[in-house]
Amino acid sequence: MAKYKIKGLDCWNRAKELRARYYKDYQEAHQRGALRWEGGAWSFDAIPQALEGEVHGLTEEPYGASIGADPALQVRYQEAAEGKWGCARDLCAYLRNYWGSIVLNEFAFGGEWPKADFIFQNHICCTHAKWLQVADEIEGGDIPYFCFDVGAGAYDKIGERQINYVVEQLQDGIDFLEKATKRKIVDEKLIQNVQNTYDSCCYWAKTCELNQAIPAPLDEKTMFSLYVLGTLEKSHKDIADFYKNRLYPEVKDRVANKIAAVADEQCRVLGDSQPPWGFLSIFRYLEKYGIVSVASLYTFSLIGWWKIDKAGKLVPYPTLEEQGITIKDRDHALRLLAEGELKGKLMWAPFYGAKYKNDIVAKIAKQWKCDASIIHLNRGCEGTAQHQMEMKIAVQKLGLPVMTFEGNMADEREFDEGRTKRFIDLFVTETLGLKKVAE
Amino acid sequence: MISAGIDVGGKNVHIVITKNGTILAKMGGPTGINKAEAAEKLYAEALKKAGLKREDVTRVVATGSSGPRVAFANGVIPDAAADARGVIKLIPSARTIIDVGGEEGRAIKISPEGKVLDFAINERCAAGTGTFVDTMSRALEVPVEEMAKLSLKSTQSIPMNAQCAVFGESEVVSLIHQKTSKQDIARAVHDAIAGRIGSVARIVGLEKDVVMIGGVAKNPGFVESLKRDLGMEVKVPDDPDFVGALGAATAAAAGVLEEKVQAKVVEKETIEEGKA
Repeated sequence: MAKYKIKGLDCWNRAKELRARYYKDYQEAHQRGALRWEGGAWSFDAIPQALEGEVHGLTEEPYGASIGADPALQVRYQEAAEGKWGCARDLCAYLRNYWGSIVLNEFAFGGEWPKADFIFQNHICCTHAKWLQVADEIEGGDIPYFCFDVGAGAYDKIGERQINYVVEQLQDGIDFLEKATKRKIVDEKLIQNVQNTYDSCCYWAKTCELNQAIPAPLDEKTMFSLYVLGTLEKSHKDIADFYKNRLYPEVKDRVANKIAAVADEQCRVLGDSQPPWGFLSIFRYLEKYGIVSVASLYTFSLIGWWKIDKAGKLVPYPTLEEQGITIKDRDHALRLLAEGELKGKLMWAPFYGAKYKNDIVAKIAKQWKCDASIIHLNRGCEGTAQHQMEMKIAVQKLGLPVMTFEGNMADEREFDEGRTKRFIDLFVTETLGLKKVAE
Repeated sequence: MISAGIDVGGKNVHIVITKNGTILAKMGGPTGINKAEAAEKLYAEALKKAGLKREDVTRVVATGSSGPRVAFANGVIPDAAADARGVIKLIPSARTIIDVGGEEGRAIKISPEGKVLDFAINERCAAGTGTFVDTMSRALEVPVEEMAKLSLKSTQSIPMNAQCAVFGESEVVSLIHQKTSKQDIARAVHDAIAGRIGSVARIVGLEKDVVMIGGVAKNPGFVESLKRDLGMEVKVPDDPDFVGALGAATAAAAGVLEEKVQAKVVEKETIEEGKA
């Protein structure tokens, strides 16, 4: 008999609907006289989405990951990118998928590649710095392009100077948008978008916090499908509503009623980096041993905002309501947006050193009551793969057994499913001493 | 009780038959394309060598990358687990195992009881495996056994790429054209692999005694290179390529498949009721 009750998420279909609509809207935008833009998933969609009229964006990484979920499709797109542009295989796997899609003039969700009207990009890593620049070249080199830098320092170093650094660029970005589109930024829209961004990011973090419960109400494989909405358009009211009014209350209820993600939870694992998207079956394989992947810096902080409280614990970043803030005007909105992203998105911290990653991961391991760690040494993303071996040592020093396996988030040529399952068998049966609890 | 361990690797099958812990027979041979058939055939030969019939063997445990293909095995254990059991039986003081076979190089940290505490694998790369040695020996036009002896005569160290077997081969050809002696090239090849394997071993941490097993452990030139790279003594048991099979036979004798490992019950604090 299973240890815990399990139940599918009631809000699951709504999540699927929101994602499907996002890509459909982007594809059909021009038919409705709407604008299209391309940009990074990590932040700041609140700004282009504040333009007059209808606007739809395509964020690069989730699009690359969507292709990555289909091993046959990703190989075709990557070989197109590599063959046409000669790009090296050790470049970001999402980027190669994205470029390949354009080269082949295919939209992964059907039809031809929908060309954007402008590009609004942030430089979160060296790949992003060139990604859409090259995409524009592939498409003819005539798409208006704006980029801004967010490398202002780790979360504990953010002060007025750092916020000003980003805000001034965002103000330049607004000038660019208005010139390039001949439309105005609507302050009321901007203010609402920033409010929505806070709700999306803070309530996703609150939802992740609930996974400290035993049994965990969510497993990482499910969480991947839920955080992604924030990477698409965290500034959208429907997405903010989803996190605040649908998902978070439902997961709270699951905790109260001890509804588990894995019926026979007996081992809680800390993950790291994106998973190999085409092979998420490895999470189901772990479940045969009663293992649930409950936490990772990546899943928590790609869109979630966090802070370290006075007691040194990782807690969700406060919402605007919790801070008692009402957004006054455009400048206030931009400052709050920059502050939230720079201080709250801890996913940026590893770019500033292994110590940051190790400290945060150690807190996660303790607070989410992890028994072990399984780290995907992700060849597809240098950003998230930073400091992974240092993390392994840091987690082992906490007394947790750690396993690593090599792979690639979106290049199936670099992942060996059979071999990885062999390593999992070794780790769970020998090192963790577990037996299968389900077939 | 008579037990058998069958290690079906990428290149070779190794079989060990034991009775109450004493080895009765060993048999090895190439895996070939049909691994199941190779295992069956060699098992028959091993039984014959031991003067046994199939029904005399109480339990058979398989291991290795193709262990699951052994249809007549009572069960399978992971190869690193088999290595651990085999090594601890032969060298109880072992704490770090380095196993370099045909297709994989791995380092394993074990407890005094032979439990696998940590492991690291040279994944998806031929440059740290026996395949690299074979490829370089062909480029040098020298059998592997001869290459091992040659490298021990070398007195100078020549850095060589070990990131890729293809580039490594090309480099050997360049060194030949530069009239570098075969003994120095042979040592360079071994040093290159040792550097790669040493890096893998450092991931799990080097703790004495360090024991090397697997087919490449039979290459004294490589073992010397590894000792230099690690800066430590490395023990090599007799018939190092049979240790995995011995470990599987030991597991069979211990009835490891019948161990009842209790599920971990973790008593932890639960989240405070009502806390967001």
